[in-house]
Amino acid sequence: MAISYDEVVAKYDPVLGLEVHVELNTESKMFCSCSTVFGGEPNTQTCPVCLALPGALPVVNARAIESTIKIGLALNCQIAPYSRFARKNYFYPDMPKNFQISQYDEPICFDGYVDVEIDTDEGLKEFRIEVERVHMEEDTGKSLHVGGATGRIHGADYSLLDYNRAGIPLVEIVTKIVPGTGKYAPEVARAYVAELRDILRGLGVSDVKMEQGSLRCDANVSLKPMGSDVLGTRSETKNVNSLRSVERAIRGEMIRHAELLDAGAKVKQETRHFQEDTGLTRSGRSKEQAEDYRYFPEPDLVPVAPDAAWIEELRKALPERPSLRRKRLKQEWNVPDKEMAAMVNADVLDIVEATVVLGADPTKARSWWLGEISRIANDKEVSVTELAITPADVAEIVALVNKGELTDKLARQVVEGVVAGEGTPAEVVAKRGIKVVNDDGALMAAIEKVCSEQPDTAQKVRDGHIPAAGALIGAVMKETKGQADAARVRELLLGHLGQPVN
Amino acid sequence: MSSLSRDDVAKLAALARIEMSEEELVSLSSQFGMILDAVARVQEVNLDGVVATSHPQPIQNVFREDQVRPSLTPEQALSGAPAQEEQRFRVPQILGEAE
Amino acid sequence: MINQTAAAMSEALVKGEVTSTQLTQAHLDRISDVDTSVKAFLHVDAEGALAQAARVDADRSSGKKLHPLAGIPLALKDVLTQDGIPTTAGSKILQGWKPQYDSTVVSKIKEAGIVILGKTNMDEFAMGSSTENSAYGPTFNPWDLSRTPGGSSGGSAAAVSAFEAPLAIGSDTGGSIRQPAALTGIVGVRPTYGAVSRYGLIAYSSSLDQAGPFGRTVLDTALLHDVMAGHDPKDATSINGKFPDVVSAAQKRDVKGLKIGVIKQLQGEGYQKGVQARFDESLQVLASLGAEIIEVDCPSFEYALAAYYLIAPSECSSNLARFDAMRYGLRVGDSDGASAEAVMSATRNAGFGHEVKRRIILGAYALSSGYYDAYYGSAQKIRTLIIQDYAKAFAQADVLVSPTAPTTAFKIGEKSNDPIAMYLGDVATIPVNLAGICGMSLPAGLADEDGLPVGFQIMAPAMCDDRLYNVGGALEAALASQWGGHLISKAPALGGSK
Ligand SMILES: [Zn+2]
Repeated sequence: MAISYDEVVAKYDPVLGLEVHVELNTESKMFCSCSTVFGGEPNTQTCPVCLALPGALPVVNARAIESTIKIGLALNCQIAPYSRFARKNYFYPDMPKNFQISQYDEPICFDGYVDVEIDTDEGLKEFRIEVERVHMEEDTGKSLHVGGATGRIHGADYSLLDYNRAGIPLVEIVTKIVPGTGKYAPEVARAYVAELRDILRGLGVSDVKMEQGSLRCDANVSLKPMGSDVLGTRSETKNVNSLRSVERAIRGEMIRHAELLDAGAKVKQETRHFQEDTGLTRSGRSKEQAEDYRYFPEPDLVPVAPDAAWIEELRKALPERPSLRRKRLKQEWNVPDKEMAAMVNADVLDIVEATVVLGADPTKARSWWLGEISRIANDKEVSVTELAITPADVAEIVALVNKGELTDKLARQVVEGVVAGEGTPAEVVAKRGIKVVNDDGALMAAIEKVCSEQPDTAQKVRDGHIPAAGALIGAVMKETKGQADAARVRELLLGHLGQPVN
Repeated sequence: MSSLSRDDVAKLAALARIEMSEEELVSLSSQFGMILDAVARVQEVNLDGVVATSHPQPIQNVFREDQVRPSLTPEQALSGAPAQEEQRFRVPQILGEAE
Repeated sequence: MINQTAAAMSEALVKGEVTSTQLTQAHLDRISDVDTSVKAFLHVDAEGALAQAARVDADRSSGKKLHPLAGIPLALKDVLTQDGIPTTAGSKILQGWKPQYDSTVVSKIKEAGIVILGKTNMDEFAMGSSTENSAYGPTFNPWDLSRTPGGSSGGSAAAVSAFEAPLAIGSDTGGSIRQPAALTGIVGVRPTYGAVSRYGLIAYSSSLDQAGPFGRTVLDTALLHDVMAGHDPKDATSINGKFPDVVSAAQKRDVKGLKIGVIKQLQGEGYQKGVQARFDESLQVLASLGAEIIEVDCPSFEYALAAYYLIAPSECSSNLARFDAMRYGLRVGDSDGASAEAVMSATRNAGFGHEVKRRIILGAYALSSGYYDAYYGSAQKIRTLIIQDYAKAFAQADVLVSPTAPTTAFKIGEKSNDPIAMYLGDVATIPVNLAGICGMSLPAGLADEDGLPVGFQIMAPAMCDDRLYNVGGALEAALASQWGGHLISKAPALGGSK
């Protein structure tokens, strides 16, 4: 039964659809003035509105509207001159009103696109993901399931509800169906979500932390036999919460669908849940009896009709689009494709640029962040941005090396110190007593000592056998505890033994 | 004559989360024919080209500044809770799955 | 002193002839005397009322500037939240719930120093026209205790009519202030939609609901209206603009040269003889005061009732979803192993009355996929036609008039098994709600055949609420001079001392 991914994509053509939910980083909730701060004590961020007490009414957060329009503009969408909120009616204890205020047939932004670049067998290739709509809605509360065997929802004895997250502003970004990605479907989806994340971060409208749930992706996948025009049945995998998971979930679903289809079975239209540990999805609610949400215009809220001049103002103030920025930086820094892709993948572009802005040479900045610092981050299983080292620290270290006050080797010790929280590079240098020995007298003493200890080797050099100098230089470096500038040591040693320096 | 069968009413009652007795389902379904006939009069009018009104006043763009104001205390929030535990609303086991 | 107008009570308070504490106690005594038979109140907050009265008295003696209604008692429909005071909306599902916040209307009346005596009975969630749908039993019409006071604000209307309070607040979704005002011989106003904040008004139908004042005179009603109206940032549908001066209008009483439009569709067939007779007489009175009476045609009104009984149930099916036994109110069936879903369903079955369930089911049906366009969608279009009819009519007339209700107060139980007959009683009041405009009912006399009060309805365009008070004030004054006093002075004594 097992079928390889290559076999899947040889036989079938995947069609994707992606729904991304983004929590906006407003101060207050979507329809009330409760704080949105993450991690508060349970039910400390609730009020009559977000608890749906009888009589309470919603009022729209102005910044949420502005942020949504900015997102729409950044995704090349049309902004509706007139749009409305609608009630989506269904019962769920997490949702106090038992309806969600959302948007139905009149979303605020529609018809946009996002371009992503994928490294394919034929080199870099651009894919266009068309965005159907961007609309506003609200998040639900959180439930804690108590008792039962697993602590999961099934088998729990009862649940405890905390409504701090109820009413946090959410923006839902829905793509049109994405055909034609072939075997790159998982990568295209990942690149799309990454690009969205970068765009949203650039706009400053969301924390876009997938691990905290402020950016969540639902992936719709279906397969059609190669050459067929008929769309297959899709499954919807909910709440995929990392870029890697997006890729894994889609790949996994493609294989699962293909296995079903190959066996002559039908793919069920259903909601599935991604299992982070296994990389597989498990079946959720079947959508065969689709819930009737009885959408109707929210009578407690009035239409949103943004002024055209205001939209233009927001459009002008948009930051540079991440894809354009990458092209610009690649050119400015003169970086090869692979290197650029490596930086994007390692998510160090922002931090490298910040380091360059602070005066560091792009090549050096890149090699520190992508090299030594990424290695430390990997060891600690954190991202580089979570380390205690900042672009300013790295710029300072690069400057010290340029001035000859640090060797590369010493600089690595300084980085280690900064990461360990010992202070700024200057402070680490001072505390650890790190300094390049560039006092020629001290170096000469060490050279003389080494030459007298290894007279044979010294003689070989005197006889013109220059490569033999390496051993002596190494010994001098050891003598000076690595604090000497190796180039200067070489210069002095060769001079001392009567050989030309170059 | 419009009508709504007992099963139709049962489906709507489930959608509205009301567990109705058999007797109530039957009596409601018998009343519905008359009520639906009365309200179906809205379909007698030619409504081509008529715009729907959902808001009686022509008000638009009513927003609130993004400012945090004090919330209820958790004691206030939970004061009407039929059951509570660990500063949370305690509810019976949830069977379905969230959106 | 309880049979005076609020305006007269205010004067007596200012002059120091009486204290608010005395006035409040007198009303509390009246409630003890007669409310066992009227049953207007669901909850009497004697302690809170006397505390507020004492505060106002202290403020007055310290020379603080006070609102004209400061120290005057008031009855509050149980549909508005009042912090810490049981609020049920007439439903079992909210039994025992004490709101954690004040509705904006309550904040405003508290701020004006008005004394809230308690919460009044109502049809469950304001769904009904007789107050018989209250989970806590019916309210009785002070004019004839075998009859209903109308509804849904029957408790508030009965309280004012029975001299248990000089002022009251109700809410009007399809006539729930005007119809009970008509049936109990008092004045009731449904303000322009958006003029009074809905924040804290337990929603029945969001696009139709509006809280408003009851009084025994047009001026008293205006004084309370003035306190209630105003922009509220907590209600997105609240109007932000200049509000008309209703108090001056109530004192102006000048209809000379005004055009008054009689709506062809809202009279004649289906209207009780005595109702039509009093209505026609009132028109003659207005004509004699110099108004020009014309007839206007509003053909779409024929479909108003049908549209209303789709829109209101649809919105209510969604508004009432929050009553789910999770966060407040009743919880039923929470036994071992019961799921949240089962507890919700059992609670909603036990907690809602028949009429509420009927409307929720009807609303769920009208919104469901496949039926939306035919029902809810069509109803919203009828609404547009009604707005257009009004626009044309108001282009010809300054105000429009009709009888408030087709009949006088009906017997308890008379229509409770015939929903359609009950719904038909709202035929004249519903168009105002669908169009979001304002309307008043004031007493037009007693019907000859049963000696019960008849209501005269005045309608004005949105934010022209002052016109209601000007015309109503003029008609009231002319009728009072004919009758030798306000109609309410003819109300039965109910055994207590008035
Ligand atoms: Zn809140």
